[in-house]
Amino acid sequence: MVNPASAQSLDAARAWAAAAGVPDPEVPCVTVAELGILRDVTIEDGVAVAHVTPTYSGCPAVLAIELAIEAALLEAGFEARIERVMSPAWTTDWITPEGLENLRAYGIAPPVKGSTSKMALFGETVVNCPRCGSADTQKVSEFGSTACKAHYTCKACAEPFDYFKCI
Amino acid sequence: MTGTAILHPPLFEAVLQLADDHLILGHRVSEWCGHAPMLEEDLGLANMALDLLGQSRALYAYAADIEDAGRSEDDLAFLRLERQYQNCLLVERPNGDFAHTIVRQLYFAAFMHPFWQWVSANSADETLRGIAGKAEKEMAYHVRHAGEWVVRLGDGTEESAARVKAAVDALHHYTDELFQGSPAMTACAEDGRLPDVASLRPAWTATIADVFAQGLLEVPEVAHPQTGGRMGEHGEELGHLLAELQYMQRTYPNLQW
Repeated sequence: MVNPASAQSLDAARAWAAAAGVPDPEVPCVTVAELGILRDVTIEDGVAVAHVTPTYSGCPAVLAIELAIEAALLEAGFEARIERVMSPAWTTDWITPEGLENLRAYGIAPPVKGSTSKMALFGETVVNCPRCGSADTQKVSEFGSTACKAHYTCKACAEPFDYFKCI
Repeated sequence: MTGTAILHPPLFEAVLQLADDHLILGHRVSEWCGHAPMLEEDLGLANMALDLLGQSRALYAYAADIEDAGRSEDDLAFLRLERQYQNCLLVERPNGDFAHTIVRQLYFAAFMHPFWQWVSANSADETLRGIAGKAEKEMAYHVRHAGEWVVRLGDGTEESAARVKAAVDALHHYTDELFQGSPAMTACAEDGRLPDVASLRPAWTATIADVFAQGLLEVPEVAHPQTGGRMGEHGEELGHLLAELQYMQRTYPNLQW
């Protein structure tokens, strides 16, 4: 996998490092790499190409994310271009373990794996409170402060919190 | 297959029809923003409108690519005349009360969910598969959200039950059109790009039957299905919607954010 002869792969690694550190504008506790929306950074004809996939079709942060990644690459000395990748579709499974932990520490319950798609109707999910860890929580609204989150409240410690929906 | 300039008019038209469905419904749902019966619903409806607009945007961008005639996704969304929109009639129905909006939402989402599932799993078209990969998950949410509300309203108070029943009676005869599709959609089904929409009826009927059974509602018989949207024949309400939707581009042509 590692090819020391290739200066290009060094460049690609450097470009990846520059782009990967960009925080998500709406969930700033995780980076675009931890969120799994930065799919790859390649060097094509000397230009750093960041491959980015949106979380939701209508995610209003997509443009801000793309601009931030482009700016980070420019700052690292690259000519930069963004490639929007639609397929395969992003899934919360792509959030890294660090990303999941950062979400929880920030007060956002991370997605519970395998909780969707089987039951489009009346599916039940147990979401643990990110503050006290209790499973005695209640969904307040399917939709929270952003498209990717639902609104919950903890019945054990009374903490209101966001749940990062599993898709 | 040979050469690069071959247009695929049925594909263009079918993608445009889907884009129109999503834009018009997305706009309708967005009309609730700031007016929903409670804050959570206001957020929920705005979020779902955003899903629909995002899906329409991806579809318009693809349609513009296919057409390859210099029109952008914005040109397609904002600069066509009423008769050139080919959305189904269901999505342009006015919001009415909350029950009307929710029933309309259930009817559409219960159709689009299996539609996108099929595309995501089976389509020969890579771009559509990509759009479907996201949309099927979003539509699963929409089905659940609308389904839960229909149950809550149907099995709620006398008032809520009467309202949701009135919404079902008012909207059910617009649902047949979903399964009729269009010549363009049929051509794309033959190409393996899109599902045969008629084949989605059992899945749709099962979802509706399940929700209605829990919501103590009956599925009405439809004597005279309403159709025509795919041919650009719309109700008067679409013109009013477009007047608002297109206002900015018509007043300030080529305005950019």
